[in-house]
Amino acid sequence: MSAEETHRSVEVAARVERRWATIAVIIVVGMALLAAFAGIHQATMPQPRVEITDPSRIHLSGEFVESNLGSVLEANGNITVRAIGQQYSFTPACIVVPVDTPITLRATSADVVHGILIQGTNVNTMLVPGYISEQLMRFAETGDYLMPCQEFCSFGHEGMWGKVKVIDKADFANRAKSGGRLSCVGQ
Amino acid sequence: MLVNRKLILAHFWFAFAVFGVALTLGAWQMFIRSPIGTWLSNPELYYRSLTAHGTVMGYVFPTLVAMGFGYAISESALEQRLVGVRWAWTGFWLIVIGSVMAVIPIALGRASVLYTFYPPLIGNLFYYLGVVLVVVGSWIWVALMAINLRVWRKAHPGAPVPLAMFANVAGSYLWAWTAVGAALELLLQIIPVAAGLKNTIDAGLARIFFSWTLHAIVYFWLMPTYIAYYTIVPRAIGGRVYSDSMARISFILFLVVAMPIGMHHTFADPQVGAGFKFVHSAFTALVALPTLLTVFTICASVEIAARLRGGRGLFGWIRALPWDNPMMLALAFSFVMLGFGGAGGLINMSYQLDASIHNTQWITGHFHLIFGGAIVIMYFAIAYDLWPHLTGRELIDVRLIRTQLWLWFVGMIVTTFPWHWVGILGMPRRMAYFDFGDPAIAPQALSVTFSAIGGFILLTSGIMFIVILARGMRAPQIDAGPYRFAIAVHQPATVPVALNTHALWVALMIVLTITNYGYPILNLATTAGTSVPAVYVGAQ
Repeated sequence: MSAEETHRSVEVAARVERRWATIAVIIVVGMALLAAFAGIHQATMPQPRVEITDPSRIHLSGEFVESNLGSVLEANGNITVRAIGQQYSFTPACIVVPVDTPITLRATSADVVHGILIQGTNVNTMLVPGYISEQLMRFAETGDYLMPCQEFCSFGHEGMWGKVKVIDKADFANRAKSGGRLSCVGQ
Repeated sequence: MLVNRKLILAHFWFAFAVFGVALTLGAWQMFIRSPIGTWLSNPELYYRSLTAHGTVMGYVFPTLVAMGFGYAISESALEQRLVGVRWAWTGFWLIVIGSVMAVIPIALGRASVLYTFYPPLIGNLFYYLGVVLVVVGSWIWVALMAINLRVWRKAHPGAPVPLAMFANVAGSYLWAWTAVGAALELLLQIIPVAAGLKNTIDAGLARIFFSWTLHAIVYFWLMPTYIAYYTIVPRAIGGRVYSDSMARISFILFLVVAMPIGMHHTFADPQVGAGFKFVHSAFTALVALPTLLTVFTICASVEIAARLRGGRGLFGWIRALPWDNPMMLALAFSFVMLGFGGAGGLINMSYQLDASIHNTQWITGHFHLIFGGAIVIMYFAIAYDLWPHLTGRELIDVRLIRTQLWLWFVGMIVTTFPWHWVGILGMPRRMAYFDFGDPAIAPQALSVTFSAIGGFILLTSGIMFIVILARGMRAPQIDAGPYRFAIAVHQPATVPVALNTHALWVALMIVLTITNYGYPILNLATTAGTSVPAVYVGAQ
């Protein structure tokens, strides 16, 4: 190859390379923008605030005492579900909620790290002792959903499965009339 | 010039021996939790096995491969005897002692905390000390790589550092810094509790420290593979590296952006706000860039080899490639797995898509495909390529080598594709058994069975790999000649300082880590009331 040819081929190589680098950068920026758009436009962002709680006292006072766990109908028609995870179960073990209603899940752990995953949905959050997890959810269909613990919590982990029962709106309203915190128990 | 062959062989042999053990455990796990196994009466055994599998495959095996390969690169690329051989042996023995020290409490069921630690679960002190020894041993290697490069630079002022060594040192710096996160978690948080000096721990902060290590460690595992892509494959198949400077830019990008992205592992965690999660998500997208650049450069380099062999046409050249060459085969398999695994990674990178697969079997499938697949198959290729130079003997079983690579590829696909699928169905990770009698879980039984079969294919391939290397120790002697690396089409006579040194990029890596991790860590560390009681494993 003559010096001139070498020079030309170096230029061609560099040009092709620059083109590909530009395409790669566009792909990367495009993905980041897509994630931002989905987060802001469809309001699917992680919980904005960090809230703390003391796992050694949650059974004594505060929002996670046993009598306050379960589903509650708020004044604005929304539902709040409070739950805790502990080795090796959830309380309530079976959550009951109405279909097609905005629901806020507030949960924490009483001991080690657990996770809540509701199969067939995008509901998926960690339960880290000391912190409160909050997640918004809405079920489009009635039925039973499995709710396994998705994080290793020592050797009973494989047995830690909860359930979510999504029922008719009217049914739920009927059961909520007497006030209190609802779970599948007593259905 | 490979002088310290014994040192390198010791690293490789210990790496592959522990790999064999961990692979066997992995195959057993796949089997025992599948419908073809019987329910484990003591699930705790599963978690012992899982902890051992993760600790070996995550910390010991890839670290030893990177170290052994690093010493080989230092001696052969710089054409300079290794400086600090005694220190290198010290590092090696620290890793051996650390591994044994960590494995004993695991085997006794005193450290079933998985390799990701998960405080407030606390295992036996010696497990953590063993892991610390492994890391300390590897840090000696980091220092030696820096020192050897320095010695070479003094003797060759201003000369371009050979690409293999430039990348190798970048990888070692990446490891040194990424290990700091887990080191802080161990030294400041876990070890004081395991030693009984404290009995509370901030689990949220520990998860942030660990995420610092957890993602960039994957890029440390990846480094030997990428070094092989750039500096071994083109030579082995008779081609040239398309671009030396693009290669350097890719390694620099890994060094800089692999670090400040780890919090995408904590998207679903309550102890970090949304802002930093978004920042880490965007940076995670950025780390796709060096891989996209690499895919282009390597495909172009391979095309050069094909055209030199008489390949023609837009795609016709692919047929002209030396497909019977194990290196070619390994590269192709590695790229296919990197493609699927990388696409999965881009899904994990966004909070919105991650929500449906976080902590499901999808994630396990993902990192097995990337690490066990794309990365480890190139570790095999590196070993095959180096072996004759280390032993002075020929690897004669080329057909067996090809079969082994094929089996690994097929096994990995059969294992991980169904794994991804059950993840989408919401099957959680790290479970010793599943109740396949539950109508909601029954449809996943077939997929889990396929994965278990894949596990046995992988085990077969792994055994073949070790047998091939062992037979290579007794094959007829040959003179393998000096170990060489691929050269570029336009081998640079000079390289800009920025592409020939690491200081600027290491500084940038540290600065980005501080901007992306500084506030969340400080904030959690200074918030009162976040420490929770430790839960000791084996005490229940």
